[in-house]
Amino acid sequence: MKDLRRKPLRVVNLGLEIFADELRDQNVSVTQVRWRPPAGGKPHLLEILEKLEELDR
Amino acid sequence: MRLAREIRRKAGVSEVAALMGTPANQEIMLQAGLADEDGVEAGPNDLVLAVEADSQALAFEAIEEAKTFLTQARAGDGGASDFSPSSLVGALAAAPESSLAMISVPGAYAAKEAMDALRSGLHVFLFSDNVSVDDEVALKREAIERDLLLMGPDCGTAYIGGAGLGFANAVKPGRVGCIAASGTGLQAVASQLDALGEGISHGIGVGGRDLSAEVGGLMTLHALDFLSNDPQTEIVALISKPPDPEVLPRIEEALKSFHKPHVVCFLGAEKPGWAETLEDAGHAVAATLKGETYRPDDFFAQAGLKEKIASLKPGGALDGGGVLGLFSGGTLAHESHLILEGLLGDVSWNEDAGRHRILDLGDDRYTVGRPHPMVDPESRAEAILQAEGFGVVLLDLVLGRGSAQDPAGPLARAIKEARGKDRSLVFVASVVGTADDPQSLEEQVRILEDAGVVVLPSNAQAARFAAAVVRPELLEGDGS
Repeated sequence: MKDLRRKPLRVVNLGLEIFADELRDQNVSVTQVRWRPPAGGKPHLLEILEKLEELDR
Repeated sequence: MRLAREIRRKAGVSEVAALMGTPANQEIMLQAGLADEDGVEAGPNDLVLAVEADSQALAFEAIEEAKTFLTQARAGDGGASDFSPSSLVGALAAAPESSLAMISVPGAYAAKEAMDALRSGLHVFLFSDNVSVDDEVALKREAIERDLLLMGPDCGTAYIGGAGLGFANAVKPGRVGCIAASGTGLQAVASQLDALGEGISHGIGVGGRDLSAEVGGLMTLHALDFLSNDPQTEIVALISKPPDPEVLPRIEEALKSFHKPHVVCFLGAEKPGWAETLEDAGHAVAATLKGETYRPDDFFAQAGLKEKIASLKPGGALDGGGVLGLFSGGTLAHESHLILEGLLGDVSWNEDAGRHRILDLGDDRYTVGRPHPMVDPESRAEAILQAEGFGVVLLDLVLGRGSAQDPAGPLARAIKEARGKDRSLVFVASVVGTADDPQSLEEQVRILEDAGVVVLPSNAQAARFAAAVVRPELLEGDGS
Protein backbone atom coordinates (compact mmCIF):
# COMPACT_ATOMS: atom_id res chain seq x y z
CA MET A 1 0.00 0.00 0.00
CA LYS A 2 2.99 2.28 -0.29
CA ASP A 3 1.50 4.14 -3.24
CA LEU A 4 -1.32 5.96 -1.38
CA ARG A 5 0.93 7.16 1.40
CA ARG A 6 3.96 8.20 -0.61
CA LYS A 7 2.92 8.79 -4.22
CA PRO A 8 0.44 11.36 -5.53
CA LEU A 9 -3.12 10.08 -5.77
CA ARG A 10 -4.21 9.07 -9.30
CA VAL A 11 -7.82 8.12 -9.78
CA VAL A 12 -9.92 6.11 -12.24
CA ASN A 13 -13.53 7.28 -11.97
CA LEU A 14 -16.40 4.96 -12.88
CA GLY A 15 -19.73 6.71 -12.55
CA LEU A 16 -20.68 10.25 -11.53
CA GLU A 17 -18.48 12.72 -13.40
CA ILE A 18 -18.94 15.36 -10.71
CA PHE A 19 -16.49 13.35 -8.59
CA ALA A 20 -13.87 13.51 -11.35
CA ASP A 21 -14.37 17.28 -11.70
CA GLU A 22 -13.95 17.77 -7.96
CA LEU A 23 -10.70 15.81 -7.93
CA ARG A 24 -9.35 17.75 -10.92
CA ASP A 25 -10.15 20.96 -9.01
CA GLN A 26 -7.79 19.63 -6.33
CA ASN A 27 -5.09 18.94 -8.95
CA VAL A 28 -5.58 15.18 -8.74
CA SER A 29 -5.08 13.34 -12.03
CA VAL A 30 -8.30 11.49 -13.02
CA THR A 31 -9.23 9.15 -15.87
CA GLN A 32 -12.98 9.12 -16.43
CA VAL A 33 -14.43 5.85 -17.72
CA ARG A 34 -17.39 6.11 -20.10
CA TRP A 35 -19.20 3.45 -18.13
CA ARG A 36 -22.24 1.59 -19.48
CA PRO A 37 -23.91 -1.42 -17.86
CA PRO A 38 -22.11 -4.53 -19.15
CA ALA A 39 -24.04 -6.86 -21.46
CA GLY A 40 -26.49 -4.02 -22.14
CA GLY A 41 -27.68 -4.40 -18.55
CA LYS A 42 -29.32 -7.78 -19.26
CA PRO A 43 -28.96 -9.86 -16.08
CA HIS A 44 -28.81 -13.30 -17.78
CA LEU A 45 -26.12 -12.18 -20.25
CA LEU A 46 -24.19 -10.62 -17.40
CA GLU A 47 -24.30 -13.91 -15.53
CA ILE A 48 -22.88 -15.73 -18.57
CA LEU A 49 -20.10 -13.14 -18.89
CA GLU A 50 -19.20 -13.54 -15.23
CA LYS A 51 -19.05 -17.31 -15.59
CA LEU A 52 -16.78 -16.97 -18.63
CA GLU A 53 -14.51 -14.64 -16.64
CA GLU A 54 -14.35 -17.14 -13.78
CA LEU A 55 -13.31 -19.83 -16.27
CA ASP A 56 -10.63 -17.49 -17.61
CA ARG A 57 -9.15 -17.14 -14.16
CA MET B 1 -32.30 15.47 -11.12
CA ARG B 2 -32.58 19.16 -12.00
CA LEU B 3 -35.19 17.93 -14.45
CA ALA B 4 -37.39 16.52 -11.67
CA ARG B 5 -37.09 19.77 -9.76
CA GLU B 6 -38.05 21.90 -12.77
CA ILE B 7 -41.10 19.77 -13.58
CA ARG B 8 -42.21 19.56 -9.93
CA ARG B 9 -42.63 23.36 -9.97
CA LYS B 10 -45.37 23.05 -12.57
CA ALA B 11 -48.88 23.76 -11.27
CA GLY B 12 -50.93 20.61 -10.69
CA VAL B 13 -47.88 18.35 -10.49
CA SER B 14 -47.40 16.87 -7.03
CA GLU B 15 -44.54 14.39 -7.51
CA VAL B 16 -41.89 13.69 -10.11
CA ALA B 17 -39.32 10.93 -10.09
CA ALA B 18 -36.49 10.57 -12.59
CA LEU B 19 -34.59 7.30 -12.29
CA MET B 20 -32.45 5.02 -14.40
CA GLY B 21 -34.36 1.79 -15.11
CA THR B 22 -32.10 -0.55 -13.14
CA PRO B 23 -33.76 -3.56 -11.47
CA ALA B 24 -33.18 -1.95 -8.03
CA ASN B 25 -34.81 1.30 -9.14
CA GLN B 26 -37.71 -0.60 -10.73
CA GLU B 27 -38.32 -2.27 -7.38
CA ILE B 28 -38.25 1.13 -5.65
CA MET B 29 -40.75 2.54 -8.15
CA LEU B 30 -43.09 -0.40 -7.67
CA GLN B 31 -42.93 -0.04 -3.90
CA ALA B 32 -43.49 3.70 -4.09
CA GLY B 33 -46.52 3.20 -6.33
CA LEU B 34 -44.85 5.18 -9.13
CA ALA B 35 -45.10 2.25 -11.54
CA ASP B 36 -47.09 -0.95 -11.89
CA GLU B 37 -45.90 -4.42 -12.93
CA ASP B 38 -46.86 -3.78 -16.56
CA GLY B 39 -45.20 -0.41 -16.73
CA VAL B 40 -41.66 -1.47 -15.94
CA GLU B 41 -40.21 -2.24 -19.33
CA ALA B 42 -37.30 0.14 -19.16
CA GLY B 43 -33.74 -1.15 -19.01
CA PRO B 44 -30.75 0.11 -17.02
CA ASN B 45 -29.76 2.44 -19.88
CA ASP B 46 -33.19 4.09 -19.95
CA LEU B 47 -34.33 7.09 -17.97
CA VAL B 48 -37.74 6.53 -16.41
CA LEU B 49 -39.93 9.54 -15.69
CA ALA B 50 -42.84 9.09 -13.30
CA VAL B 51 -45.22 11.98 -12.72
CA GLU B 52 -48.08 12.31 -10.24
CA ALA B 53 -50.45 15.11 -11.18
CA ASP B 54 -54.00 16.35 -10.59
CA SER B 55 -55.09 14.99 -13.98
CA GLN B 56 -53.79 12.72 -16.69
CA ALA B 57 -53.64 15.62 -19.13
CA LEU B 58 -51.39 17.59 -16.74
CA ALA B 59 -49.17 14.53 -16.26
CA PHE B 60 -48.70 14.07 -20.02
CA GLU B 61 -48.06 17.79 -20.41
CA ALA B 62 -45.35 17.55 -17.73
CA ILE B 63 -43.74 14.59 -19.49
CA GLU B 64 -43.68 16.48 -22.80
CA GLU B 65 -41.97 19.40 -21.06
CA ALA B 66 -39.46 16.98 -19.57
CA LYS B 67 -38.67 15.60 -23.01
CA THR B 68 -38.04 19.11 -24.33
CA PHE B 69 -35.84 19.84 -21.32
CA LEU B 70 -33.78 16.70 -21.95
CA THR B 71 -33.33 17.43 -25.66
CA GLN B 72 -32.18 20.98 -24.91
CA ALA B 73 -29.76 19.78 -22.25
CA ARG B 74 -28.26 17.28 -24.66
CA ALA B 75 -27.88 19.87 -27.46
CA GLY B 76 -25.92 22.08 -25.09
CA ASP B 77 -23.42 19.63 -23.70
CA GLY B 78 -21.70 18.30 -26.81
CA GLY B 79 -18.17 18.99 -27.82
CA ALA B 80 -16.16 17.32 -25.05
CA SER B 81 -13.26 15.75 -26.84
CA ASP B 82 -11.16 14.46 -23.91
CA PHE B 83 -10.19 10.84 -24.28
CA SER B 84 -12.21 8.66 -21.99
CA PRO B 85 -11.91 4.88 -22.10
CA SER B 86 -14.99 2.69 -21.90
CA SER B 87 -13.68 0.24 -19.28
CA LEU B 88 -11.44 -0.04 -16.27
CA VAL B 89 -8.96 -2.06 -18.35
CA GLY B 90 -8.83 0.74 -20.93
CA ALA B 91 -8.37 3.34 -18.20
CA LEU B 92 -5.45 1.44 -16.71
CA ALA B 93 -3.83 1.05 -20.12
CA ALA B 94 -4.05 4.83 -20.57
CA ALA B 95 -3.04 5.68 -16.98
CA PRO B 96 -1.03 2.77 -15.54
CA GLU B 97 0.09 4.85 -12.55
CA SER B 98 -3.49 4.99 -11.20
CA SER B 99 -3.76 4.07 -7.53
CA LEU B 100 -7.47 4.31 -6.70
CA ALA B 101 -10.81 3.59 -8.36
CA MET B 102 -13.84 5.71 -7.48
CA ILE B 103 -16.97 3.72 -8.17
CA SER B 104 -20.47 5.23 -8.21
CA VAL B 105 -22.20 3.01 -10.79
CA PRO B 106 -25.59 1.42 -9.87
CA GLY B 107 -25.31 -1.05 -6.99
CA ALA B 108 -26.11 -4.10 -9.13
CA TYR B 109 -22.86 -3.59 -11.09
CA ALA B 110 -20.73 -1.99 -8.41
CA ALA B 111 -19.39 -5.13 -6.70
CA LYS B 112 -18.05 -6.55 -9.96
CA GLU B 113 -16.34 -3.28 -10.91
CA ALA B 114 -14.89 -2.97 -7.41
CA MET B 115 -13.56 -6.55 -7.51
CA ASP B 116 -11.99 -5.92 -10.92
CA ALA B 117 -10.35 -2.77 -9.56
CA LEU B 118 -8.94 -4.59 -6.51
CA ARG B 119 -7.62 -7.39 -8.71
CA SER B 120 -5.91 -4.73 -10.82
CA GLY B 121 -4.15 -3.49 -7.67
CA LEU B 122 -6.27 -0.38 -7.07
CA HIS B 123 -7.61 0.91 -3.79
CA VAL B 124 -11.37 1.44 -4.05
CA PHE B 125 -13.69 4.23 -2.95
CA LEU B 126 -17.11 2.58 -3.35
CA PHE B 127 -19.80 5.29 -3.32
CA SER B 128 -22.50 2.95 -4.68
CA ASP B 129 -25.09 1.56 -2.31
CA ASN B 130 -27.27 -1.54 -2.73
CA VAL B 131 -24.20 -3.78 -2.52
CA SER B 132 -25.02 -7.01 -0.66
CA VAL B 133 -23.31 -7.87 2.64
CA ASP B 134 -21.88 -11.03 1.07
CA ASP B 135 -20.31 -8.96 -1.72
CA GLU B 136 -19.02 -6.48 0.84
CA VAL B 137 -17.29 -9.24 2.82
CA ALA B 138 -15.81 -10.79 -0.35
CA LEU B 139 -14.52 -7.39 -1.52
CA LYS B 140 -13.00 -6.54 1.85
CA ARG B 141 -11.28 -9.92 2.13
CA GLU B 142 -9.85 -9.48 -1.36
CA ALA B 143 -8.65 -5.97 -0.48
CA ILE B 144 -6.97 -7.09 2.73
CA GLU B 145 -5.25 -9.97 0.97
CA ARG B 146 -3.81 -7.46 -1.49
CA ASP B 147 -3.07 -4.86 1.20
CA LEU B 148 -5.54 -2.41 -0.36
CA LEU B 149 -8.32 -0.22 1.05
CA LEU B 150 -11.95 -0.89 0.18
CA MET B 151 -13.83 2.21 1.35
CA GLY B 152 -17.58 1.66 1.49
CA PRO B 153 -19.96 0.50 0.17
CA ASP B 154 -22.17 3.58 0.48
CA CYS B 155 -19.08 5.61 1.34
CA GLY B 156 -19.81 9.30 0.99
CA THR B 157 -16.55 10.87 2.06
CA ALA B 158 -12.84 10.10 2.27
CA TYR B 159 -9.56 12.00 2.39
CA ILE B 160 -6.48 10.46 0.85
CA GLY B 161 -3.18 12.26 1.05
CA GLY B 162 -4.84 15.66 1.43
CA ALA B 163 -7.41 15.21 -1.38
CA GLY B 164 -11.11 15.03 -0.56
CA LEU B 165 -13.10 12.26 -2.28
CA GLY B 166 -16.87 12.41 -2.72
CA PHE B 167 -18.70 14.79 -0.40
CA ALA B 168 -15.74 16.39 1.31
CA ASN B 169 -15.01 19.70 2.98
CA ALA B 170 -11.91 21.65 2.07
CA VAL B 171 -9.70 20.86 5.06
CA LYS B 172 -5.99 21.35 5.61
CA PRO B 173 -3.67 18.39 5.17
CA GLY B 174 -2.28 17.43 8.55
CA ARG B 175 -1.51 14.80 11.14
CA VAL B 176 -4.93 13.42 12.13
CA GLY B 177 -6.02 10.10 10.64
CA CYS B 178 -9.74 9.35 10.72
CA ILE B 179 -11.61 6.10 10.31
CA ALA B 180 -15.33 6.65 9.93
CA ALA B 181 -18.33 4.52 9.03
CA SER B 182 -19.73 6.83 6.41
CA GLY B 183 -20.02 10.42 5.29
CA THR B 184 -21.26 13.26 7.45
CA GLY B 185 -19.64 12.02 10.67
CA LEU B 186 -16.25 12.28 8.99
CA GLN B 187 -17.16 15.64 7.43
CA ALA B 188 -18.20 17.04 10.83
CA VAL B 189 -15.04 15.91 12.64
CA ALA B 190 -12.68 16.92 9.80
CA SER B 191 -14.29 20.38 9.53
CA GLN B 192 -14.15 20.91 13.26
CA LEU B 193 -10.49 19.89 13.39
CA ASP B 194 -9.82 22.37 10.58
CA ALA B 195 -11.40 25.13 12.68
CA LEU B 196 -9.23 24.05 15.63
CA GLY B 197 -6.12 24.42 13.45
CA GLU B 198 -5.52 20.71 12.81
CA GLY B 199 -5.47 18.92 9.46
CA ILE B 200 -6.23 15.46 8.10
CA SER B 201 -3.63 12.93 6.92
CA HIS B 202 -6.14 10.37 5.65
CA GLY B 203 -9.86 9.95 6.31
CA ILE B 204 -10.91 6.41 5.57
CA GLY B 205 -14.63 5.65 5.15
CA VAL B 206 -15.27 1.99 5.91
CA GLY B 207 -19.03 1.86 5.22
CA GLY B 208 -21.91 1.78 7.69
CA ARG B 209 -21.93 -2.03 8.03
CA ASP B 210 -18.23 -2.59 8.67
CA LEU B 211 -18.67 -3.07 12.43
CA SER B 212 -21.66 -5.40 12.04
CA ALA B 213 -21.37 -9.06 13.02
CA GLU B 214 -21.48 -10.06 9.33
CA VAL B 215 -18.57 -7.89 8.22
CA GLY B 216 -16.73 -8.14 11.54
CA GLY B 217 -14.86 -4.84 11.37
CA LEU B 218 -12.63 -6.11 8.53
CA MET B 219 -11.87 -2.70 7.05
CA THR B 220 -11.75 -0.81 10.37
CA LEU B 221 -8.99 -3.15 11.53
CA HIS B 222 -7.22 -2.89 8.19
CA ALA B 223 -7.50 0.92 8.23
CA LEU B 224 -5.95 0.97 11.72
CA ASP B 225 -3.07 -1.01 10.32
CA PHE B 226 -2.80 1.39 7.35
CA LEU B 227 -2.69 4.44 9.64
CA SER B 228 -0.29 2.86 12.12
CA ASN B 229 2.26 2.59 9.28
CA ASP B 230 1.57 6.04 7.87
CA PRO B 231 4.32 8.50 8.77
CA GLN B 232 1.98 11.53 8.40
CA THR B 233 -0.53 10.22 10.95
CA GLU B 234 0.20 11.10 14.59
CA ILE B 235 -3.24 10.42 16.08
CA VAL B 236 -6.32 8.50 14.99
CA ALA B 237 -10.02 9.24 15.48
CA LEU B 238 -12.42 6.34 15.12
CA ILE B 239 -16.00 7.46 14.45
CA SER B 240 -18.97 5.12 14.07
CA LYS B 241 -22.15 3.79 15.48
CA PRO B 242 -21.37 1.23 18.23
CA PRO B 243 -19.89 -2.02 16.94
CA ASP B 244 -21.81 -5.26 17.23
CA PRO B 245 -21.09 -6.82 20.66
CA GLU B 246 -19.30 -9.66 18.87
CA VAL B 247 -17.03 -7.23 17.02
CA LEU B 248 -16.27 -4.78 19.84
CA PRO B 249 -13.67 -7.00 21.60
CA ARG B 250 -11.70 -7.30 18.33
CA ILE B 251 -11.63 -3.52 17.92
CA GLU B 252 -10.67 -2.97 21.57
CA GLU B 253 -7.92 -5.55 21.25
CA ALA B 254 -6.54 -3.85 18.14
CA LEU B 255 -6.65 -0.45 19.87
CA LYS B 256 -4.78 -1.83 22.89
CA SER B 257 -1.80 -2.69 20.72
CA PHE B 258 -2.13 0.44 18.53
CA HIS B 259 0.95 2.49 19.27
CA LYS B 260 -0.39 5.96 18.32
CA PRO B 261 -2.77 8.06 20.44
CA HIS B 262 -6.41 7.57 19.44
CA VAL B 263 -9.86 8.94 20.17
CA VAL B 264 -12.91 6.69 19.96
CA CYS B 265 -16.41 8.02 19.28
CA PHE B 266 -19.00 5.26 18.96
CA LEU B 267 -22.19 7.33 18.93
CA GLY B 268 -24.61 5.85 21.44
CA ALA B 269 -22.05 3.80 23.34
CA GLU B 270 -20.65 5.16 26.58
CA LYS B 271 -17.37 4.21 28.11
CA PRO B 272 -14.87 6.20 30.18
CA GLY B 273 -12.42 7.85 27.81
CA TRP B 274 -14.66 7.61 24.74
CA ALA B 275 -16.01 10.78 23.16
CA GLU B 276 -19.78 11.08 23.46
CA THR B 277 -20.37 13.36 20.47
CA LEU B 278 -18.66 14.19 17.17
CA GLU B 279 -17.77 17.58 18.64
CA ASP B 280 -16.18 15.97 21.69
CA ALA B 281 -14.16 13.72 19.37
CA GLY B 282 -12.73 16.72 17.49
CA HIS B 283 -11.89 18.58 20.70
CA ALA B 284 -10.35 15.47 22.27
CA VAL B 285 -8.06 14.98 19.26
CA ALA B 286 -6.94 18.62 19.27
CA ALA B 287 -6.37 18.58 23.05
CA THR B 288 -4.40 15.30 22.94
CA LEU B 289 -2.11 16.75 20.26
CA LYS B 290 -1.39 19.65 22.61
CA GLY B 291 -0.68 17.24 25.46
CA GLU B 292 -3.86 18.27 27.25
CA THR B 293 -6.95 16.41 28.42
CA TYR B 294 -10.32 17.51 27.06
CA ARG B 295 -13.29 17.77 29.39
CA PRO B 296 -16.60 18.82 27.80
CA ASP B 297 -18.40 21.81 29.36
CA ASP B 298 -21.92 21.47 30.71
CA PHE B 299 -23.87 22.98 27.82
CA PHE B 300 -26.88 23.91 29.95
CA ALA B 301 -24.80 25.73 32.57
CA GLN B 302 -23.33 28.29 30.15
CA ALA B 303 -23.92 31.97 30.84
CA GLY B 304 -26.62 33.74 28.87
CA LEU B 305 -28.33 30.61 27.56
CA LYS B 306 -31.48 31.09 29.61
CA GLU B 307 -31.83 34.69 28.44
CA LYS B 308 -31.19 33.72 24.84
CA ILE B 309 -33.94 31.10 24.93
CA ALA B 310 -36.34 33.45 26.74
CA SER B 311 -35.82 36.05 24.00
CA LEU B 312 -36.95 33.53 21.36
CA LYS B 313 -40.27 32.94 23.09
CA PRO B 314 -41.68 36.38 23.83
CA GLY B 315 -43.66 36.31 27.05
CA GLY B 316 -42.18 32.92 27.84
CA ALA B 317 -45.31 31.17 26.58
CA LEU B 318 -44.78 27.62 25.41
CA ASP B 319 -47.31 26.14 23.03
CA GLY B 320 -46.45 22.54 23.88
CA GLY B 321 -45.00 21.88 20.46
CA GLY B 322 -42.10 19.45 20.23
CA VAL B 323 -38.88 19.26 18.23
CA LEU B 324 -38.90 18.39 14.54
CA GLY B 325 -35.46 17.52 13.17
CA LEU B 326 -35.14 17.77 9.38
CA PHE B 327 -31.72 16.42 8.49
CA SER B 328 -29.63 15.94 5.37
CA GLY B 329 -26.73 14.12 7.09
CA GLY B 330 -27.41 10.58 8.33
CA THR B 331 -24.85 10.57 11.12
CA LEU B 332 -25.89 14.06 12.21
CA ALA B 333 -29.53 12.91 12.36
CA HIS B 334 -28.50 9.86 14.36
CA GLU B 335 -26.46 11.92 16.82
CA SER B 336 -29.32 14.39 17.32
CA HIS B 337 -31.74 11.53 17.89
CA LEU B 338 -29.52 10.10 20.62
CA ILE B 339 -29.09 13.46 22.33
CA LEU B 340 -32.78 14.38 22.17
CA GLU B 341 -33.91 10.97 23.46
CA GLY B 342 -31.55 11.44 26.40
CA LEU B 343 -33.03 14.86 27.17
CA LEU B 344 -36.67 14.63 26.12
CA GLY B 345 -37.64 10.95 26.25
CA ASP B 346 -39.31 9.38 23.23
CA VAL B 347 -38.24 10.81 19.89
CA SER B 348 -39.51 9.08 16.76
CA TRP B 349 -37.12 8.21 13.91
CA ASN B 350 -38.17 8.65 10.27
CA GLU B 351 -41.84 8.53 11.23
CA ASP B 352 -44.55 11.11 10.81
CA ALA B 353 -45.72 10.52 14.36
CA GLY B 354 -44.87 11.54 17.90
CA ARG B 355 -44.34 14.87 19.66
CA HIS B 356 -40.61 14.90 18.92
CA ARG B 357 -39.40 13.61 15.56
CA ILE B 358 -36.15 13.21 13.68
CA LEU B 359 -36.35 12.74 9.93
CA ASP B 360 -33.21 11.79 8.04
CA LEU B 361 -34.29 13.16 4.67
CA GLY B 362 -31.25 11.60 3.02
CA ASP B 363 -32.60 8.14 3.86
CA ASP B 364 -33.62 5.97 0.90
CA ARG B 365 -37.30 6.28 1.77
CA TYR B 366 -37.24 10.05 1.15
CA THR B 367 -35.01 10.07 -1.92
CA VAL B 368 -36.95 7.85 -4.34
CA GLY B 369 -36.40 9.51 -7.70
CA ARG B 370 -35.24 12.76 -6.14
CA PRO B 371 -31.85 14.14 -5.32
CA HIS B 372 -30.30 13.80 -1.87
CA PRO B 373 -31.09 16.86 0.29
CA MET B 374 -27.37 17.66 0.50
CA VAL B 375 -27.37 18.11 -3.28
CA ASP B 376 -30.75 19.77 -3.62
CA PRO B 377 -32.14 21.67 -0.60
CA GLU B 378 -35.67 21.95 -2.09
CA SER B 379 -37.08 18.83 -0.41
CA ARG B 380 -36.16 20.23 2.98
CA ALA B 381 -37.56 23.63 2.07
CA GLU B 382 -40.86 21.85 1.32
CA ALA B 383 -40.71 19.96 4.63
CA ILE B 384 -40.10 23.24 6.50
CA LEU B 385 -43.25 24.74 5.00
CA GLN B 386 -45.23 21.73 6.19
CA ALA B 387 -43.91 21.93 9.78
CA GLU B 388 -46.97 22.79 11.83
CA GLY B 389 -47.61 22.32 15.52
CA PHE B 390 -43.94 22.10 16.49
CA GLY B 391 -42.03 24.31 18.92
CA VAL B 392 -38.62 23.95 17.26
CA VAL B 393 -37.35 22.91 13.86
CA LEU B 394 -33.81 21.54 14.09
CA LEU B 395 -31.63 21.52 10.95
CA ASP B 396 -28.17 20.57 9.78
CA LEU B 397 -26.38 22.15 6.84
CA VAL B 398 -23.51 20.29 5.21
CA LEU B 399 -21.20 22.30 2.97
CA GLY B 400 -18.27 21.10 0.91
CA ARG B 401 -17.58 19.70 -2.52
CA GLY B 402 -20.54 17.77 -3.90
CA SER B 403 -23.07 19.67 -1.76
CA ALA B 404 -25.48 22.29 -3.14
CA GLN B 405 -24.00 25.64 -4.20
CA ASP B 406 -26.18 27.58 -1.77
CA PRO B 407 -27.92 25.21 0.65
CA ALA B 408 -28.88 28.01 3.05
CA GLY B 409 -30.71 30.12 0.43
CA PRO B 410 -33.78 27.91 -0.27
CA LEU B 411 -34.01 26.94 3.43
CA ALA B 412 -33.90 30.59 4.52
CA ARG B 413 -36.70 31.50 2.10
CA ALA B 414 -38.87 28.67 3.43
CA ILE B 415 -38.03 29.58 7.04
CA LYS B 416 -39.05 33.22 6.49
CA GLU B 417 -42.34 32.06 4.99
CA ALA B 418 -42.97 29.59 7.84
CA ARG B 419 -42.16 32.22 10.46
CA GLY B 420 -44.49 34.64 8.69
CA LYS B 421 -47.33 32.21 9.45
CA ASP B 422 -46.18 31.19 12.94
CA ARG B 423 -43.97 33.65 14.81
CA SER B 424 -43.50 31.29 17.75
CA LEU B 425 -41.75 28.61 15.63
CA VAL B 426 -38.05 28.53 16.56
CA PHE B 427 -35.41 27.40 14.04
CA VAL B 428 -32.11 25.98 15.29
CA ALA B 429 -29.26 24.80 13.07
CA SER B 430 -25.60 23.89 12.87
CA VAL B 431 -23.38 24.08 9.81
CA VAL B 432 -20.68 21.58 8.88
CA GLY B 433 -18.15 23.43 6.78
CA THR B 434 -14.82 25.21 6.57
CA ALA B 435 -13.64 28.67 5.54
CA ASP B 436 -12.25 27.20 2.29
CA ASP B 437 -15.40 25.35 1.22
CA PRO B 438 -16.85 26.50 -2.11
CA GLN B 439 -20.04 27.76 -0.40
CA SER B 440 -18.31 30.01 2.21
CA LEU B 441 -19.14 28.94 5.75
CA GLU B 442 -19.43 32.51 6.99
CA GLU B 443 -21.88 33.49 4.26
CA GLN B 444 -24.08 30.40 4.76
CA VAL B 445 -24.28 31.07 8.52
CA ARG B 446 -25.16 34.71 7.82
CA ILE B 447 -28.01 33.73 5.45
CA LEU B 448 -29.50 31.45 8.12
CA GLU B 449 -29.11 34.02 10.89
CA ASP B 450 -30.71 36.72 8.74
CA ALA B 451 -33.72 34.41 8.40
CA GLY B 452 -33.95 34.27 12.22
CA VAL B 453 -32.26 30.88 12.69
CA VAL B 454 -30.22 30.29 15.86
CA VAL B 455 -26.97 28.80 14.54
CA LEU B 456 -24.92 26.78 17.04
CA PRO B 457 -21.27 25.77 16.61
CA SER B 458 -21.97 22.03 16.47
CA ASN B 459 -24.69 19.49 15.77
CA ALA B 460 -24.68 18.32 19.41
CA GLN B 461 -25.06 21.88 20.72
CA ALA B 462 -27.90 22.56 18.28
CA ALA B 463 -29.76 19.45 19.54
CA ARG B 464 -29.25 20.46 23.18
CA PHE B 465 -30.37 24.02 22.47
CA ALA B 466 -33.50 22.71 20.72
CA ALA B 467 -34.24 20.48 23.73
CA ALA B 468 -33.88 23.43 26.11
CA VAL B 469 -36.34 25.52 24.09
CA VAL B 470 -39.11 22.93 24.51
CA ARG B 471 -38.02 21.83 27.99
CA PRO B 472 -36.68 24.86 29.90
CA GLU B 473 -36.26 22.77 33.09
CA LEU B 474 -33.04 21.53 31.51
CA LEU B 475 -31.61 24.97 32.23
CA GLU B 476 -32.27 24.60 35.95
CA GLY B 477 -29.77 21.76 36.12
CA ASP B 478 -32.30 19.08 37.03
CA GLY B 479 -32.91 17.55 33.62
CA SER B 480 -29.52 16.72 32.20
